[in-house]
Amino acid sequence: MADLSCNVGGIKAPNPFWLASAPPTDKLYNVERAFRAGWGGVVWKTLGLDPPIVNVSSRYGAVHYNGQRMMGLNNLELITDRPLEVNLKEIKQVKKDWPDRAVVVSLMVPCNEKDWKYIIPKIEDTGCDGVELNFGCPHGMSERGMGAAVGQVPEYVEMVTRWVKESSDLPCLVKLTPNVTDIRKVAHAAKAGGGDGVALINTVTSIVSVDLDQMAPEPTIDGKGSHGGYCGPAVKPIALHMVTEISKDPETQHMPISGIGGISNWRDAAEFIAMGASSVQVCTAAMHYGFKIVDDMIDGLNNWMDEKGYANLEDFRRMAVPNVTEWQFLNLKYDVKARIDESTCIHCGLCHISCEDASHQAIREIKDNGGRSFEVIDEECVGCNLCMFACPVPDCISMERVDSGTEYQNWTTHPNNPMRVEDN
Amino acid sequence: MTTIDVRNGRLSQERLDLNFSDSHPPLEPGNALVEANRCYFCYDAPCIEACPTSIDIPSFIRKISTGNLKGSAKDILSQNIMGGMCARVCPTETLCEGACVRETQDHQPVRIGELQRYATDSFIESGETFFERAESSGKKIAVVGGGPAGLSCAHRLAVLGHQAVVFEAREKLSGLNEYGIAPYKTVNDFAQLEVDYILKIGGIEVRTNQKLGHDVKLDNLRKQFDAVFLSVGLGDANSLGLENEEIAGVYDAIETIAELRQSENLAELSVGRRVVVIGGGSTAIDIAVESKKLGAEDVTMVYRRGPEQMNATWKEQEFAQTNGVQVKHWLSPKKLKSENGHVSGIEFECTELNHEGKLSVTGEVRSMEVDVVFKAIGQTLDNSLDSDDEMPKTRAGKFAVNAKYETTLPGVWAGGDCINSGEDLTVQAVEDGKQAAISIHRKLSQT
Ligand SMILES: Cc1cc2nc3c(=O)[nH]c(=O)nc-3n(C[C@H](O)[C@H](O)[C@H](O)COP(=O)(O)OP(=O)(O)OC[C@H]3O[C@@H](n4cnc5c(N)ncnc54)[C@H](O)[C@@H]3O)c2cc1C
Ligand SMILES: Cc1cc2nc3c(=O)[nH]c(=O)nc-3n(C[C@H](O)[C@H](O)[C@H](O)COP(=O)(O)O)c2cc1C
Ligand code: SF4
Ligand code: SF4
Ligand code: SF4
Repeated sequence: MADLSCNVGGIKAPNPFWLASAPPTDKLYNVERAFRAGWGGVVWKTLGLDPPIVNVSSRYGAVHYNGQRMMGLNNLELITDRPLEVNLKEIKQVKKDWPDRAVVVSLMVPCNEKDWKYIIPKIEDTGCDGVELNFGCPHGMSERGMGAAVGQVPEYVEMVTRWVKESSDLPCLVKLTPNVTDIRKVAHAAKAGGGDGVALINTVTSIVSVDLDQMAPEPTIDGKGSHGGYCGPAVKPIALHMVTEISKDPETQHMPISGIGGISNWRDAAEFIAMGASSVQVCTAAMHYGFKIVDDMIDGLNNWMDEKGYANLEDFRRMAVPNVTEWQFLNLKYDVKARIDESTCIHCGLCHISCEDASHQAIREIKDNGGRSFEVIDEECVGCNLCMFACPVPDCISMERVDSGTEYQNWTTHPNNPMRVEDN
Repeated sequence: MTTIDVRNGRLSQERLDLNFSDSHPPLEPGNALVEANRCYFCYDAPCIEACPTSIDIPSFIRKISTGNLKGSAKDILSQNIMGGMCARVCPTETLCEGACVRETQDHQPVRIGELQRYATDSFIESGETFFERAESSGKKIAVVGGGPAGLSCAHRLAVLGHQAVVFEAREKLSGLNEYGIAPYKTVNDFAQLEVDYILKIGGIEVRTNQKLGHDVKLDNLRKQFDAVFLSVGLGDANSLGLENEEIAGVYDAIETIAELRQSENLAELSVGRRVVVIGGGSTAIDIAVESKKLGAEDVTMVYRRGPEQMNATWKEQEFAQTNGVQVKHWLSPKKLKSENGHVSGIEFECTELNHEGKLSVTGEVRSMEVDVVFKAIGQTLDNSLDSDDEMPKTRAGKFAVNAKYETTLPGVWAGGDCINSGEDLTVQAVEDGKQAAISIHRKLSQT
């Protein structure tokens, strides 16, 4: 049994699987159920000042792909719609009943010092383990000078983080919006303001679909729609990229990260941890399947770590980070070719047509008495992997390395590069 | 002394309704979507090649998955005007679905037939059509026989701008779709619905109760029309060649099925308690299952060879068995026993393949008591077509045609069950009719 405990900038939990600030962490009722199911922590649904906001009816939009439900989810929801006191009371209760779990409180109040300094002591009073500053919500709140609008301006992020750190010793995570050009700038600001860690990503600004009868974006509220926040499996690559950017950056490489975005199972979590995250947060997967999914997350991560001989999360955290390099340093001598396993090939022809129409015309269709087969023309194959992804049979097409394995040359020294440097 | 037990009303009306309801109910939209998404959209897809009418299957399935049902129906019907019927009756396990790469992959082919029905049903019900007729050519073609081959030919001729006149011996069009196909495959009078859809194109004149060799003569048709297409199917049933085959209780399966199909009230049909069906093709399967569904107690299908040699597909054999039909192999009928002029028993000789691979009798004998015997051992060309007119030459019992569907008589084409094009299937008949129409069009366009 591996040790799954984690510590994110001073916030400790028995396992790295936390529920992100969202409907699953909206109230005591859900959070209790989540803890009973085994979640290591929660980030309470974002609190704000009273009076509470109101939400619209018809709040979510979704992208289904090829029969798979909710590849992506988008929402028009705002922060909590319950009075502050009710939330605070419940948080206090939960923390008392579940002392070993991480209870983090997400916050969003208007961008002035008075309001922040008013709310922080109240939060401290709940006995929670830390706060998460929500600068990331791309809809509704940003129009009021809160959320993404703040999150997009590094100076504001630094300023607000500083107010919070000045008024409390509580560990403070800064939640980042992905709706910026360079995520590193905002992470720098969080660090400069004294933040103990970052949590990312919040949702991606989006319009998931258009109702072609009503001619309005979905979800459609009385004939109108708006920009929503996109999340779920579809955003995982974006989140992973941004986490990696922060892990690589010399200034932020040691900043604790709580990874968020499309995490649905232990494998996704392991990938975020390998890229530097200390914990992960889940929203859409729990909204889709309920809290029970954490069982496989814990179990699966445990089994995989045992298999690999990792005793705790630190054993493999950041392990993939050094292998992320810039394109110009990739070995141009490395060469792979597609290999078709004739024994499992079902002759659908997708490898042929994808390569024929969209790559390098490197797969030939051979018709022989009634049947057909497909053959890779090595001289034409550039090793792009397209056919391997188009093939519907798992492992039927693999890529075989064909270069000597001993040569190395990258773009910086390549003869075709007018800006090349001399090889040394 | 046994008592012969043949009577009607063996089952309650409720039970009959259930037994003769759709054996493969239509897909619900949600299931259709899931199934459509199982298709890989293969390149040069093997399923297309396996469809006698070459429907672009990946294309029509993709259109279902995008909600473009009209485009989907168009892909189907433009290749196969009876795409709706074929979706119900094709033995897909030996055609498209047998060739589907997902059959190879995991023995779960995409349910092409059911998807085809899903796409065509809603379109045909909508009453729309997308076919337009080319400018009138002024040519007139006689189509003899209004079954799948004839209607498919007439429709394509109409599309190409010609005028078709269909001469049909029976009262209703659609051939075996109306008089032969098992009722639970084509419920709610679908055959006639489809006929209405096909005729909507215009340019097709229908003359029913007009039998070639009786009411009309080929010589005259050849004189009056620019071309003639023969699509008369197979009108005669093979006989067992036994002594007293004419006794009561021994029937042609085809005739009984036609009665069943035309019956307004199934409870009125007489059914034997113990039924023996002789034959190994789909007609034998059908009459056996239909007898069972009408309330026969014991139904035994008897075939003189083994399960692999049966013309019925593995799926049809399975269907018969799950419906309670007993199938016996390697038995050849030898003698009919009778009581008071009604069949009461049947004797079989056991058969085997001898060392030369030929069917031979072992000398052993089996006998069964029966109330009704059905003969379902194949059909042949109706020999009453042979009036004093000159008829096209036959080969292996059917009209001989070349690759262009031309018979040996100038100006006379033929297709469907009455020629040897492929298997005797609705879908093949539709293809024959379509190709013959194209061939006639080419010929007439030259002159
Ligand atoms: C019991 C049974 C079940 C079957 N089940 C299936 C099935 O499930 N799936 C499948 O694919 N196929 C099935 N078939 C085969 C399929 O029905 C035929 O292959 C198909 O109908 C052939 O079409 P056709 O137009 O050539 O002939 P037919 O359908 O036989 O049509 C011929 C038409 O010509 C008319 N005609 C005949 N003689 C004359 C004449 N002298 N003058 C004018 N008109 C004439 C007939 O009345 C008829 O309307 C079945 C056949 C039978 C007998
Ligand atoms: C309906 C909904 C409401 C959300 N509300 C909040 C919120 O109040 N505060 C916040 O910081 N993030 C909120 N989020 C964003 C999630 O916490 C999370 O960052 C995002 O969904 C990405 O994770 P996922 O891909 O696992 O869903 C919300 C997301 C959803 C779907
Ligand atoms: S790897 Fe790319 S180039 Fe090579 S065969 Fe596959 S699709 Fe073609
Ligand atoms: S895509 Fe895969 S299964 Fe299909 S033909 Fe190519 S190798 Fe075979
Ligand atoms: S063979 Fe099967 S998977 Fe391929 S296109 Fe045809 S139906 Fe689709």
